[in-house]
Amino acid sequence: MFYREAGQFKTTYRDDMAVFPILQDRIGLLVIISLAIFAIPLLGSKFFISSVMIPFLVFTLAAMGLNILTGYTGLISLGTGAFMGVGAFACYKLTTYFPNVNIIVWILASGLFSAAVGVMFGIPSLRVKGFYLAVATLAAQFFLQWCFVRIPWLFNYNVSGAIEVPERTLLGLAITGPRATPEVRYLVLLGIVALMTWVASNILHGRIGRKWMAVRDMDIAAELMGIKMLPTKLLSFAVSSYYCGVAGACMMFLWYGGGEANDVFDINASFNVLFMVIIGGLGSLIGSFFGAAFISSLPTTLKFGLPAMGIPITGATAEHMTFIVTGSLIIFFLIVEPHGLARLWQIAKEKLRLWPFPY
Amino acid sequence: MDFLIQTVWEGLVAGVLYALIALGFVLIFKASGVFNFAQGIMVVFSALTLVGTYEKLSQLGFKGFPAAMLSLVVALAVMFVLAVLVERVVLRPLVNQPDIILFMATFGLTYLLIGVGETIFGGNPKIMITKELGLPTGSTELVLPGLGPDGRNGLVLLQHIDIAAAIIASIMIAGLATFFQYTRIGRALRAVADSHKAALSVGISLNQIWVVVWFTAGIVALVTGIMWGARSDVSFGLSTVALKALPVLILGGFTSIPGAIVGGLIIGIGEKLGELYLAPMLLGSTMGRGVESWFAFFIALAFVMFRPQGLFGDKIIERI
Amino acid sequence: MKRTHLIAVALLGATTLAAPALAQDSIYVQSNAYRTGPFSGSGTPVADGINDYLTMLNERDGGVGGVKIKFEECETGYDTKKSVECYEQGKAKGSIIYLPWSTGATLAAIPRAHVDKIPIMSMAYGLSAAADGSVFPWVFNPPTTYWDGASILLNYIAKQEGGLDKLKGKRIGLIHLDAPYGKEPIPVLQNLAKKYGFEVLLYPVPAAEMQNQGALWLNIRRDKPDWLYNHGWGAMNPTAVKEAIKNNYPINRLVGVWWSGGDDDARAGGAEAKGYKSLSWHLFGQNFPVMQDILKHVHAKGLSKTTKEKVGEALYARTVYQGMMVAEAIRNAQRLTGKKVINSEDMRRGLESLNVTEARLKELGMEGFASPLKVECGDHNGHHQAFVAEWDGTKWTKASDWISPSKDEVRPLIEAAAKDYAEKNTGWPKRTEVCDPRS
Repeated sequence: MFYREAGQFKTTYRDDMAVFPILQDRIGLLVIISLAIFAIPLLGSKFFISSVMIPFLVFTLAAMGLNILTGYTGLISLGTGAFMGVGAFACYKLTTYFPNVNIIVWILASGLFSAAVGVMFGIPSLRVKGFYLAVATLAAQFFLQWCFVRIPWLFNYNVSGAIEVPERTLLGLAITGPRATPEVRYLVLLGIVALMTWVASNILHGRIGRKWMAVRDMDIAAELMGIKMLPTKLLSFAVSSYYCGVAGACMMFLWYGGGEANDVFDINASFNVLFMVIIGGLGSLIGSFFGAAFISSLPTTLKFGLPAMGIPITGATAEHMTFIVTGSLIIFFLIVEPHGLARLWQIAKEKLRLWPFPY
Repeated sequence: MDFLIQTVWEGLVAGVLYALIALGFVLIFKASGVFNFAQGIMVVFSALTLVGTYEKLSQLGFKGFPAAMLSLVVALAVMFVLAVLVERVVLRPLVNQPDIILFMATFGLTYLLIGVGETIFGGNPKIMITKELGLPTGSTELVLPGLGPDGRNGLVLLQHIDIAAAIIASIMIAGLATFFQYTRIGRALRAVADSHKAALSVGISLNQIWVVVWFTAGIVALVTGIMWGARSDVSFGLSTVALKALPVLILGGFTSIPGAIVGGLIIGIGEKLGELYLAPMLLGSTMGRGVESWFAFFIALAFVMFRPQGLFGDKIIERI
Repeated sequence: MKRTHLIAVALLGATTLAAPALAQDSIYVQSNAYRTGPFSGSGTPVADGINDYLTMLNERDGGVGGVKIKFEECETGYDTKKSVECYEQGKAKGSIIYLPWSTGATLAAIPRAHVDKIPIMSMAYGLSAAADGSVFPWVFNPPTTYWDGASILLNYIAKQEGGLDKLKGKRIGLIHLDAPYGKEPIPVLQNLAKKYGFEVLLYPVPAAEMQNQGALWLNIRRDKPDWLYNHGWGAMNPTAVKEAIKNNYPINRLVGVWWSGGDDDARAGGAEAKGYKSLSWHLFGQNFPVMQDILKHVHAKGLSKTTKEKVGEALYARTVYQGMMVAEAIRNAQRLTGKKVINSEDMRRGLESLNVTEARLKELGMEGFASPLKVECGDHNGHHQAFVAEWDGTKWTKASDWISPSKDEVRPLIEAAAKDYAEKNTGWPKRTEVCDPRS
């Protein structure tokens, strides 16, 4: 009833190609953004912001990164965790060498290192694909993790092998380090995510994105059409790893605030991001948001939400439940809707357009 | 020299175990095209069922070899039920979905099994009932005249359980080969591996075959679990070791049983030699520690650049 | 996106609302725990000990100073990520102390705790440098640090070999988990190696390879170290014990740090594990009045999560000791502030004035269980003595005299490391907390 496009005429090609062609979508987007900017920092508790919203945004970035590679280009990667780690360590090294440059610049720059590493480990994608490639990317995961532990230069020769996040400020406000409030860290992160989403959307809707999708749908056919495999696949690895790297830097500096990096960027992180992409929807940006929200907040909800609502559940049981519920939901979603939450969202919108009429 | 022999032997034993895990993967991949990520957790789950059942039985006063055998039967039964459930609940509704979807489904299965396993058996590591199962323990020292350092006698330690593992693995592989080669179900299985559609059209029940392969993979998992369990203990940490089977797979090819075995041995020996000889030489003794965690993947990666389908894998022919 | 937000807000809004609604007639203590995952083998007994001790106090005495202690666990699975979440949860619910149960988690929490003013107690784990109370007013790691542990080990080895000068030319191997926990003793071992002329060999075990130590033990066989120090945790320990036996390494020369001396760790090796050693600062078994009280007030009432036989086992007893420290600190804080329900800042004062004398131990039913403990304003650790325990095939027994760490060697290193930490973390707060006069 309210969600109808009748009367909205597209008079130019530009209008027709818009990412959000319907007025209500644009309004909805504005509402969501303003809710995210004003309502959540003002109304959410510190625990909610720091343990739900910040992880959600960090994982959204990572999921977007992996979605570019897996969802849009059709290359499976199990090395996401390690690429995130590269970003975190790069950011740490950069800010120790140049402490006066703003940390946000370094967070965004650290992705470049991750991109370079990603390209290196993306080379096998020119020879193999599918599961062979997935296993090849595991080499990146284990090798990089080994580097994070064995190369003391990376963590500034700290005896514990931990990253110590120094305090950095923006306009006089601490945005990293222990004194940074969750609200400030959240808003900085929100800015980064919004910017990166906008960039990703533009890349994916443009020529590069179309090339990637052609490769995904059938790489030999794409090659015959004149798309060069080498630059296309490697660019996909680079952009994807860039996103993961920035996510890793954000994770360490805006969420975690230092500590041991190795076990954070382990293979489980890679798997988790993959779940987000699959559950959210392969080849969908909004799916990355859905997937990240779902997978990253599910354990927290089960562990802290249920007891708070009066359902007695011990930590260990919650942990077991998380495993069982995540496992069952993955299978359930795959059976019911293999295209993920993004597809469900789309169906819901279609239905809403016709509502209250069935068709 | 004796140390080199020892290293190769240790690599060989580890390789046999990697090969066993890889074998489970290959069986399922061949028959249903599913890259079964849950194989590692099936190893843990089956071994836990075995030990857990034995614990329960011994609390009731039923101990020793017969109780161990009964637990073995229970564990096998559980693996059979699992195979049926997987086929009914996961595979059947997902028929004809893209490979990645099926792959993800086995991830779901992994999580489910971890959760269920920890709920039932608890997270505590359990000690494998090696003696009760009638498996040998202890070790033999093999004296190699003149092969030790400075011309002294060399010494190689052979664990009885490792020897047993090698023998049991060979018997099992021989048994599987016979089963595939000479039985009706085995032939049906090979037919399904070649083409699902052709197999269906000659009246082979895909569902039945899937149950059979998943159950076979379950048996392989149980044997692997017993062997690994005897080497360390039975706990969920073991499932990370199972990831080592993945480079074995790319090396050997996803569809080849001999590939899994040869690949396993190459990876097992290669990574031990890499850790003990190559890495200290190239990186020094402090830096070079722990390369074992990724060395296998690099062997596989280097290899795959030249032969994308693995050692024995089917040649990939692509059509538009 | 909108919908998921709403659901998330709705679900977690519940958390927000419930958080401050805590009863004010009890003291809330939250501890990290891991009863799941590859480290649960060590994590479970560790979680049971403190749980049972504090429950026992509630049941027997009605809490501490007439106030019940509300004890809750927060499951982490030994995952630093989840422990950060648990820290935030503890903060929101008003836990008076943070018990991280992982060195990685401790490291992540130290900077936060100094801002949030929540004391951390990392009992004989965590950052060794945090023993310097003048730099780390909010961190407590009594009764002894990993660096002291390494020093105690060396003193023990020296005694066995016949003097510190005999250490020259010896090879001491360190098998360690490749995580902050395992790396902690390396600097002090290397430092002392230079002084005494022995060689340190490092054998790192990545968490993913905990149960796949084959290559590592081949290295050990090649290097033939005279002594091995095991800094393992979780599934790594039983595997190490088994591999040592398999590789014919003399098991009586394998010494674990206190966390590597669990009963299950040694039991995995079967009869041949007899002679496996580990450091400890308390005794074992159910013969102490405190353990009897736990059996009577907790087990008999079915309030425990563990079986009766596990009471008094090494790791269990260790956290009974921790429970004692927490309870004593609460008592101190109540005495110092005159309040019944204390907050986290009072708790810090209570911890800083911990002084458990021989007489007090007797009152607590711990006579002969442990040696006296004292924490000071500048010294949050005390660098207390420990002994070497030996596995006799069925249980741990005391196998040496009490050995003191060489405090004059360790303390300067700790102070230097603490200074270094404060410098690297720009803007590290200067200590402003006042020291309480000693009673």
